[in-house]
Amino acid sequence: MKKKSKPKLTPLVAIAHARSGDKGDTANVGLIARQAKHYPLLVKEVTAARVRRHFKGVITGPVERYELPNLKALNFLLHGALDGGGTISLKTDAQGKVFSTALLRMQIKVPR
Amino acid sequence: MTKSVVRVAGAQGFWGDWLEAPYRQLVGGPVDYLMLDYLAEVTMSIMQKQKSRDPSLGYAKDFIPLMERILPELVKRKVKVTSNAGGVNPRACAVAVAQAARKLGLAGKLTIGVVTGDDLLPRLDQLLASGHPLANLDTGRPLTDVRAKVQSANAYLGAAPVVEALRQGADIVITGRVTDTGLTLGPLMHEFGWHADDWDKLAAGTVAGHTIECGAQSSGGNDLADWGRVPDLANVGYPIVEARPDGTFAIIKHPRTGGVITVAGVTEQLVYEMGDPHSYITPDCVADFTTIQLKQKGKDRVEFSGIRGKPATDKFKVSCAYFYGYKAVGTLVYAWPEAYRKAQAADRVLRQRLKDLGLSYETVLTEFVGVDATHGPLAGAPSPDLAEVQLRVGVRASDKAPVERFTREIAPLILNGPPSVTGFAGGRPKPEEIVAYWPALLDKREVTACVDLVRV
Repeated sequence: MKKKSKPKLTPLVAIAHARSGDKGDTANVGLIARQAKHYPLLVKEVTAARVRRHFKGVITGPVERYELPNLKALNFLLHGALDGGGTISLKTDAQGKVFSTALLRMQIKVPR
Repeated sequence: MTKSVVRVAGAQGFWGDWLEAPYRQLVGGPVDYLMLDYLAEVTMSIMQKQKSRDPSLGYAKDFIPLMERILPELVKRKVKVTSNAGGVNPRACAVAVAQAARKLGLAGKLTIGVVTGDDLLPRLDQLLASGHPLANLDTGRPLTDVRAKVQSANAYLGAAPVVEALRQGADIVITGRVTDTGLTLGPLMHEFGWHADDWDKLAAGTVAGHTIECGAQSSGGNDLADWGRVPDLANVGYPIVEARPDGTFAIIKHPRTGGVITVAGVTEQLVYEMGDPHSYITPDCVADFTTIQLKQKGKDRVEFSGIRGKPATDKFKVSCAYFYGYKAVGTLVYAWPEAYRKAQAADRVLRQRLKDLGLSYETVLTEFVGVDATHGPLAGAPSPDLAEVQLRVGVRASDKAPVERFTREIAPLILNGPPSVTGFAGGRPKPEEIVAYWPALLDKREVTACVDLVRV
């Protein structure tokens, strides 16, 4: 049956972990595959454009992505993420410490 | 003779880190250096303010009692210290440490190296006049736009003056704005005789420094990978770089401590506050994080190899702090039933009142803690049955008056707003001065680091 071969939608938190921090008004999120076999999937599915859409209404600027295959990791820079950042920001998460977990909510297609 | 292994122990990751860590790093097993990082981006402006009130202050005051506690063991074990606790007054910090050492009977047994030259505030107008705009790295605006409001301006010095202080015989090196990574790289360059253009080794020492600069964040603290299984965080062991002359190193921790050293946890620290991983720029070199190879070599030991570096740039990063305006944050807690709806209603009432009073703000930000404060709309609709929701409203303005008035509009809501409200025991919020960060670049030629010695 066609339905059976369909990839499964899986939240990133099931196959990746992450840590985030700040540089001014930019939050960075390092997204790390838990297993090496999942890294190519992150590269393919978690594009800068997709992350920008994911954070619609949360960040005001563009998203940049860098690849670190040696660490099974992608690094995202989310610009305009922190209400001015640092001491200016009024946000609970003024330093972007938990942006990482917001990215882990994203659902991606994982082959069965 | 060059040592075959040098151990640099991370002992403070910021001003306010665990006070027990330095002593435990010192006595828990073999180490050669303790590295204590104190300076965050706007810390210098706080210290500058303290110094303007009292010229003998302007450094991390906590550093003195902390050193008092460890000095006898430090001398006994011949362990050295590198720290940027000196803030905007490294000399005064060194004098205070020397006094503490003499009181402990350590006269003649210690030499303190003092690194200065990072403070640009006295020369700021001259620099601006001679064609250095110190333009904001994020916005491109020249510093002249906010010159009158600038409270501190410091160049980020690198490992070089730390190496020089150690060469002159310092046991304790106290610096101003030296990079976090320079405090680890300095000892490795000194011990192994690495040259200032040995880019791969300098990059390796920089990566080592980055790995331990946030304290236990690489040894099991704040570790999302497998946090529920990190053992004994109450007794967490801070990370230690075990470095070799060829630029390879391991991250380890003392035996019989809690926490964990894994590839996953160390990787989280490597990507923390990362920009372009191909170019991690420091005053010492440009490290390429895409060349780092990690390997778990037994329990609580991760080996690093393969690290490549590129030549340093001809600029120092400069961090300025300037007065921006005022802010205040007020909170109230609303209880079930309909906790979220009550909090939303209270927010509408508050905003209407601020508007009716004709107050204007740069920003009014509302968050509902328990609903959307950390994930915003990504959190989705909350459960209709939430036990409580915290309303958290922040305002920001260039003038103090509207912020001050805002702080008086929170408490009235308790009696004249939506019901089932509590959590106001802390009293009225206080308007806070905002001192903002201004990153810039400056030609290295314009900055001369100085090293002098204070003998105990």
